[in-house]
Amino acid sequence: MRKLTCIVCPNGCSIHVNQDVDPWNIVGNLCPRGIDFARKELTNPTRTVCSTVRTSFATVRRLPVRTRGEVPLASVRSVMSEISRLVVDREARTGDTLIENVAGTGVAVVATADLADLIEWEDCDGRPICSGD
Amino acid sequence: MIVRNVDIAVLGAGPAGMAAALAAARGGADTVLIERENHLGGILKQCVHDGFGLLRFGEMLSGPEYAGRFVHMVREAGLAVLTSTFVAEARRDGDESVLMLVDRGGVTELHAKAVVLATGCRERSARQVMIQGTRPAGVMTAGAAQYYVNVLGYLPTTRCVILGSGDIGLIMARRLTLEGAEVLGVFEAKPTPSGLSRNIAQCLDDFGIQLHLSRTVTRIFGDDRVEAVETAAVDEKMRPVAGTEERLSCDGVILSVGLIPENEVAEALGVPMDSVTRGPLMDQNGQTQVPGIFVCGNASHVNDLVDYVTESGERAGAAAAALVAGHRTRRLLPLIADSTVLLYAVPQFVDMDAPESGAVVYFRSREELGVTVVQVTAGEETVTCHRYQHLRPPEMERLEIDLSRIPSDVTSLNIGTESVAVAEVKS
Repeated sequence: MRKLTCIVCPNGCSIHVNQDVDPWNIVGNLCPRGIDFARKELTNPTRTVCSTVRTSFATVRRLPVRTRGEVPLASVRSVMSEISRLVVDREARTGDTLIENVAGTGVAVVATADLADLIEWEDCDGRPICSGD
Repeated sequence: MIVRNVDIAVLGAGPAGMAAALAAARGGADTVLIERENHLGGILKQCVHDGFGLLRFGEMLSGPEYAGRFVHMVREAGLAVLTSTFVAEARRDGDESVLMLVDRGGVTELHAKAVVLATGCRERSARQVMIQGTRPAGVMTAGAAQYYVNVLGYLPTTRCVILGSGDIGLIMARRLTLEGAEVLGVFEAKPTPSGLSRNIAQCLDDFGIQLHLSRTVTRIFGDDRVEAVETAAVDEKMRPVAGTEERLSCDGVILSVGLIPENEVAEALGVPMDSVTRGPLMDQNGQTQVPGIFVCGNASHVNDLVDYVTESGERAGAAAAALVAGHRTRRLLPLIADSTVLLYAVPQFVDMDAPESGAVVYFRSREELGVTVVQVTAGEETVTCHRYQHLRPPEMERLEIDLSRIPSDVTSLNIGTESVAVAEVKS
């Protein structure tokens, strides 16, 4: 009997899986997504990776990003190390692909904010800030 | 000094304020959205993790994505937005509220027929949890650590402990680990975790980070910088147990020990507060005891889902627009929570004269409970009841009530658990 916490939604159901029978006996989930989660978690667990990347814009130190879909839990570290090497040099928009196939997972890394919205055009005294210097 | 008149001023452009301003404008009111930061979005800007918007959009969005959708709506609606603008002073003048706004251009005296407070909440700090020791650098709230990492791109610790098991602390345990810091453990003085169970699974278990319940940080060592902490087990009265002390070398202590609604402006306007929620006493549309002053989102009580924050903002904005349009009568019934089983329930009042016949009640249980039936009653009448598989204090629950089911002669409503059902489950 394996005990899992479903991470699909904030309910966080406690799911019990009996793997000694075929098909597995899965109980404790409030919705069908819990069954899918439990099966996947015990065969090929996957996660969405959210992080930030550097930019070449002087006033935007980090642009938030995430994987468009889930990647294998075991590849989270290599996904992170590829993300941490990226520098965005254009005004990427939410949903724009920044890495096509991160760490060989077949999953893309996308921007989760509009970079243009993060640019500080003026300093606190109202003087324009030149970007890129 | 410039003097300006508006129908509705919304304070704070996080998820609650953006939703309130959009709803107020949709209701036909001349609305201005006021934000002290440079950009809209509030704290969501730094919440780069996903899990937002499942109820609202049926998708798992990151914080910036969730905020971005509302920023686009605010732009498309052509709302009047004042950023980098502070409320320096707030007072009442008859039925109006007067806000002294300060921005780079100077001071504006804003007269508003209605005000929606969407000022969010603040993190409880080290001083408020009474940790002994010196005051070295490296002690920070989880939200501050989140700002350092996600906005500034700066790793504020290489080896840390997390005190408190609130959701932001759990999220930061994962975030700091992914960025290469070593998280030695999460220490929670209470016997149960404060954060959502899915965050314990995906933020701690995934990375082998230990959650130590009934254990706390008792001392912080270090002069200029944190060098170590002492942790100890605590008894049921939260007193450290002698002989259980352990010293851990680290350069950071991240605090995730609770959030407190931010209501300085509400207090300046004379709004009566609830000592349990730390937010104003309000009706189902967020209208406080002071007519024309509304509150929504985390300023009214601390929510765990942004979807509910948005929902409360929309209700407050729409009700503020209705008030400006002339709907001013109120008939308030107190909603009394059974404090033996519920930590709190909001709203504290139900306005029977509100234009909409539905009202939403949010509540948290005091302790972890198994199968429980929660009901709202009006005298002998059951207004609504709902059965829950489990209730946990970290998980806020939501109930809808239909005002037309409330008898006209009752003077108060009650919310509590149905004792019969509880007895059945126990037996």
